[in-house]
Amino acid sequence: MIDVTRIAAELPNVTGYIYPNEYELHWGILIVVYPYLTGLVAGAFILASLERVFKVKALQPVYRLSLLTAFSFLLVAPLPLLAHLGHPERFSEMFLTPHTESAMAMFGFVYAWYLMVVLLLEIWFDYRRDIVFWANEKRGFVRYVYRFLTFGASDISDAAIRFDDKIGRVITIIGIPSAFLLHGYVGFIFGSVKANPWWSSVLMPIVFLFSAIVSGIAIVLFIYMVSTIFRWKQVNMPCLNKLAELLFYAILVDFSLEALDFIQRLYESEESISILSQMISSRLFISLIISQIILGTLIPLVALAAARFGRIPDEMRRIMYLVAAVLVQVGIFSTRWNVVIGGQLFSKSLRGLTFYKLELFGLEGLLTSGALIVLPFVILFILVKLFSPWDREEVDVKSSKA
Amino acid sequence: MTDQAPKMPRRDFLDTAVRKLPAWLLVFKLLNPAELLGDGDSTDVGNPKYDPTQHDYAMGVNVHKCIGCGRCADACKTENNVPRDPIYFRTWVERYITSTDGETQVDSPNGGINGFPPAQKESGILRTFFVPKLCNHCSKPPCVQVCPVGATFQSRDGVVLVDETYCVGCRYCIQACPYGARYLHPIKKIADKCTFCYHRVVKGHVPACVEVCPTQARVFGEAGQQSSPLRRFLRFNDVTVLKSWLNTKPKVYYAGADGEVR
Repeated sequence: MIDVTRIAAELPNVTGYIYPNEYELHWGILIVVYPYLTGLVAGAFILASLERVFKVKALQPVYRLSLLTAFSFLLVAPLPLLAHLGHPERFSEMFLTPHTESAMAMFGFVYAWYLMVVLLLEIWFDYRRDIVFWANEKRGFVRYVYRFLTFGASDISDAAIRFDDKIGRVITIIGIPSAFLLHGYVGFIFGSVKANPWWSSVLMPIVFLFSAIVSGIAIVLFIYMVSTIFRWKQVNMPCLNKLAELLFYAILVDFSLEALDFIQRLYESEESISILSQMISSRLFISLIISQIILGTLIPLVALAAARFGRIPDEMRRIMYLVAAVLVQVGIFSTRWNVVIGGQLFSKSLRGLTFYKLELFGLEGLLTSGALIVLPFVILFILVKLFSPWDREEVDVKSSKA
Repeated sequence: MTDQAPKMPRRDFLDTAVRKLPAWLLVFKLLNPAELLGDGDSTDVGNPKYDPTQHDYAMGVNVHKCIGCGRCADACKTENNVPRDPIYFRTWVERYITSTDGETQVDSPNGGINGFPPAQKESGILRTFFVPKLCNHCSKPPCVQVCPVGATFQSRDGVVLVDETYCVGCRYCIQACPYGARYLHPIKKIADKCTFCYHRVVKGHVPACVEVCPTQARVFGEAGQQSSPLRRFLRFNDVTVLKSWLNTKPKVYYAGADGEVR
């Protein structure tokens, strides 16, 4: 039950007038985590498809890693949605009796399509040959796991492998629009709310997509670097350079789109502009100006450009890439925050601003959200152990130095 | 006992499956409460003689008549068991104060239930008025459009309702409502909103807020019937609806609300 004295104490934090029902923010940090995770899925998959469909050979060392990353994050993506429902036990109604006009209802189908048809199939066809090998050479319980995962298809003749490869390519080609659909749709959930001038924009799905690509490339770069260090292997520098280059271009496009959206709003100067400007200069100053634009966009852009195109020793270059990748994650998380939370900080009466009080504990608290962000990494760790995505010709750090 | 269990030939199996498909689709369709309730025939509203197809409800609000006593907001909370906290309202009263320098200030302490404090304005007051707010029961409701399970729906008599047993509590409808008319019920964990006191109107009564209004600032009735008080209200007043540019086609009509009201 809501504590009335607490409300009385906090009401002064509200500036101007808000509708009484707007005091409570309805979508909290869990709904920030949801598009953040989904974006990572779409971005990582699009990165993988660059290698597969567009034959960017330099990316070969991270191809499988990208797929496994996308898969791990996809498994966790619906959990924050589920946790935030008032009646989680009725969740299945979204699948069983969906309201076809609702953007949210279609999530289940887009998600299921993406998980079942695109990602799982692609990973299976890509790994099938290895799974058959592992089913023969490993010992103990895991052997049965691999054996089960062959689903009886143990033919590894050249013709069969060629077939796998062909199917894999077809699935990736279907996968690219599907990945666009997955995250573009998340943008549509917000962009189609005409009641909310901060959200309502045709650019929303597109901005979501490009920020997804940015975050996906950055997370794969980060995971690849950190895991290579911990495995005492040498980082494949051409691959890393390519990732950094792609990341640079993706940020550039993403930033231009967001700037376009911003300039258009400013120039059109509709009736909401005054309250939105107030919100940006007060409530969203840290998360938008500092965190999203300066830390998450401008500094990584400069760092990536300097490291990629400047004459810098490889050691320094790697550090700069890593820092840029981490900052990009901070920036993209802030982007999601500014969309989801920002869209609820001003009153739809356009007369006042409310505030968001983040809780530490509880289902909608900071700790749950942190756990939901860590969980995909745990899943990825297990998947990487079971389905090694690494190149067989990787060089040990020690042996190269000897 | 026979050696072999009776087998169904593949052809028969497929044949049966195809034949039964429409039956399954029908079951699927029947599971959708929005369609069931929208049908009107099977709705249990506590009045067997009630025919929703014969009604089209709407409300008129006369801003000139409202004195800001807040009796409507209070009666609504009592009638519909709305939590008493000052952050959950099915209806509330706003006070607008426009000063001589053209600035407009709005407030609604506890929805107006305890009345309003004296106006504090440094410059002189140009005009001041009260505006009762509630769900607009839009003809094109964005909340109904976005509901992922169809728990919120438009009844045949033109009222936007929420099926409590079906709402998953995702709060998308609350985001989609341009008027701030919805809230999440803190105990039931479902979206809640004004129903035009549906349980009363199907028995021929008016909504609680209309019943208690001492100045008849609220008029409830049939939008489609010649002789209704609402028709009279619409005929003799210059009426407007809130945020008309959003094309939600509200069915709560305001007389005397100026451009500052949104």
